[in-house]
Amino acid sequence: MKLELAGIQFGYGNSDLLRDISFEVAEGEVLSLVGPNGAGKTTILKCINKILKMKKGRVLLEGRNVAAMKPREMARSFGYVPQSSPASFPLTVFDMVLLGRKPYIGWKAGRRDREIVLGIIKLMGLDEMAFRNFNELSGGEQQRVLIARAFAQEPQVLLLDEPISNLDMRYQFEILDTVAVMVRERGLAVVMAIHDLNLAARFSDRIVMLKNGRIFADGKCHEVIDADNIRKVYGIEVTVYGDSGMPQIVPIGTIAKKKLSGVKYYEEATRG
Amino acid sequence: MELEGRYIRLSARKIVLTICFLSILVVLIPVTASLGAASVPLADVFKAIAARLLPFLNLNVSQFADTIVWDLRLPRVAMAIIAGSGFALSGSVMQGVMRNPLVSPYTLGISAAAGFGAALAIVLGVGLTGGGESLLISNAFIFAVLAALLVFLLAKLRQMTPEALILAGIASMYLFSALTSSLQYIGTNEEVSGIVFWLLGSLAGATWRNVLFVTAIFIVALPVLMKYAWDLNAMVAGDETAAALGTNTKRARLICLITATLITASIVCFNGVIGFICLVSPHITRMLIGSDHRFLLPASCISGAILLLVADTLARVVFSPSEIPIGIMTAVIGVPFFVYLILTRRKENFA
Repeated sequence: MKLELAGIQFGYGNSDLLRDISFEVAEGEVLSLVGPNGAGKTTILKCINKILKMKKGRVLLEGRNVAAMKPREMARSFGYVPQSSPASFPLTVFDMVLLGRKPYIGWKAGRRDREIVLGIIKLMGLDEMAFRNFNELSGGEQQRVLIARAFAQEPQVLLLDEPISNLDMRYQFEILDTVAVMVRERGLAVVMAIHDLNLAARFSDRIVMLKNGRIFADGKCHEVIDADNIRKVYGIEVTVYGDSGMPQIVPIGTIAKKKLSGVKYYEEATRG
Repeated sequence: MELEGRYIRLSARKIVLTICFLSILVVLIPVTASLGAASVPLADVFKAIAARLLPFLNLNVSQFADTIVWDLRLPRVAMAIIAGSGFALSGSVMQGVMRNPLVSPYTLGISAAAGFGAALAIVLGVGLTGGGESLLISNAFIFAVLAALLVFLLAKLRQMTPEALILAGIASMYLFSALTSSLQYIGTNEEVSGIVFWLLGSLAGATWRNVLFVTAIFIVALPVLMKYAWDLNAMVAGDETAAALGTNTKRARLICLITATLITASIVCFNGVIGFICLVSPHITRMLIGSDHRFLLPASCISGAILLLVADTLARVVFSPSEIPIGIMTAVIGVPFFVYLILTRRKENFA
C-alpha cells in the first residue's frame, strides 16, 4: 500500500474531532473524503502531512511511519494543496510554483528545478500568466497554480483540500481531469476532500464518507453513495440514478418542514 | 524556450538593479562626505580618503581636511550606511515573517522599550550596567532586547502566530511609551529635552567604535537571515503551505525575529529611534525587484543605506549649521512617499 492510515485520533483537550480513522490508498488511486461541513475532511489531510499533531494512530507511507520523517523528506513525499492561499506579498506565478522545489534546493534554484517548474507550468496551461502576480489571478487560475506547486514537489502522495470548491463547472472538470491524468502517469496516490458527490463519484476510485469525525462508510463509489447513506449523513432525501459505476445524485422532496415552520415563526415575530 | 528566457531575463534584471543601487551608494559616499557646515571640496575628500587607504602614494593632505573627513564625516556616513542597511534588513525580515507590510521594529515595541531604557538612564541614572554615556547605550540595548523577548514569549503561548506577535508587540509599545512619558513627567526640563532628543534620533554621535559594533552584529546576522530566505518566501504563501513545504514556521519565525531584533537594538542604542527606514525601504525594494527574499534582503539593505545616508545629509545641510533631528527628516521624506505608494499601488501589493 502506498499510504495507510491506522486508527487516527485527533482533538483539542478532551473533545475528539477525529476518531478511529483508518483507510488505505494504493498507487494510482484517488480516494475522496466526503461528508458535511465540519465532519473532519480537512483535519484528516492535515494530520496526514503532520501540519496537525494527532493524538493516536499512525500514518504509513509505503510501510514507513511518517512520524519519523524529517520536514524536508515529508515535503518531498506529500504535496499539499490548501483550500485557498492568498500570498501576503506580490509573488509571480513562476515563483509560486518554484516554491514547490524548496524541499530539494539548498539556496540557489538550479537548472533542473527551473526546467521542472517550466514543464509543470506548461502542463497546467499557465504559460500565459507565468509572470503575473499570483494574487491578481482568478480563483480557478490560482487553484491551478497551487496544484502546479504541489506537482513541483514531485510527491508520492497528493493531498487536495477542496480543490474545486470555488470554481465554475469547466474548471472543476478540468482540474479533476488533470489530477486524474497525473495520477495515472506518475503513480501518485491522492487523498482529496471534496463536497461535490457527483464529481467525487466520477473521479475517485474509492470514497470515505465521514460523519462527526468518524468514518460512516468506506468503499467503491456505488457502495458508499446511496440514498440511505446520504440521508443518514447529510439529512436530506435524494434519488441516486445509475447505480452502477457513476452514480448521479438528485435531491428530492424537502426535509425543511421543521426549518420552514421556524421561518414562519420568525416572520410572524418580526412582523409585529 | 521563450518562458525560460523571460525568467532568466527577469532574474538578471534583479541583479542588475541591485548593482545599480550599490553604485549609487558608492558614489554617494564621497559626495555626502564633502557636504556640511565646513566645506571640503570633493577633490580634497578623495585625496584625504586615498591618503589613508593608500599611504604609499604619499599624498599631501591638509590636517583640516583629514580631520573633517576621517573624524567627523566618514564615521557618520559609515553609521548612516550600516544603520540604514540594518533597519531595512530587519524591517524586511519582520514584514516577511509576520506576513504584514505594516510591521516594523516599532510595531513590536522594540523602539519604545529602547526609548524607556534611555529615559531611565537620563532621568534616574539607573540601569543594569556601567555609568555615564555607556549606561544610556547599554540600557537602551538591553531594554529593547528584553522587551522583544517578552513579546516573543507571550506570542509563543499562542503558537507564534503573526496576530499574536503584533498584539503583544503593540501592548508592549504602549506600556513602554507610558513608562517613558511618566519619566518625562517627573524629569527636569534638561532631562526631558534629553529624552526628546534621543527619541528623535541622531547620527551626530557616530564614532568608528560604534560603527564597528553595529557592523559586527550586522555581519553575523545577515547570513543567518539569508539562510532563511526560502523559508520566508514559503511563509509569504501562508503558514500551512510553508509547513507543507518543510518549513518549521515557529522556529523560523523566532530565529528571524530575534536576529532582526538584535540588529535593530544595536543601531537604536547608539543613534536613538530613527523611524520609517525600516518600514519604507523594504516596500521600495519590493516594488522594484519583487518579493523573493533571496534578492529582497540584500537589495533592501542597500536601499535602506541610501535612504538614511541621504536623509542624514539633508538633516545636516538644509539648515546648516544647525541640524534637523534625523527622525523628523526620515518622516518628512518617508511619509509623502508612503502615502504615494498606498494611493498608487494595486491593493494586491499590500494584502
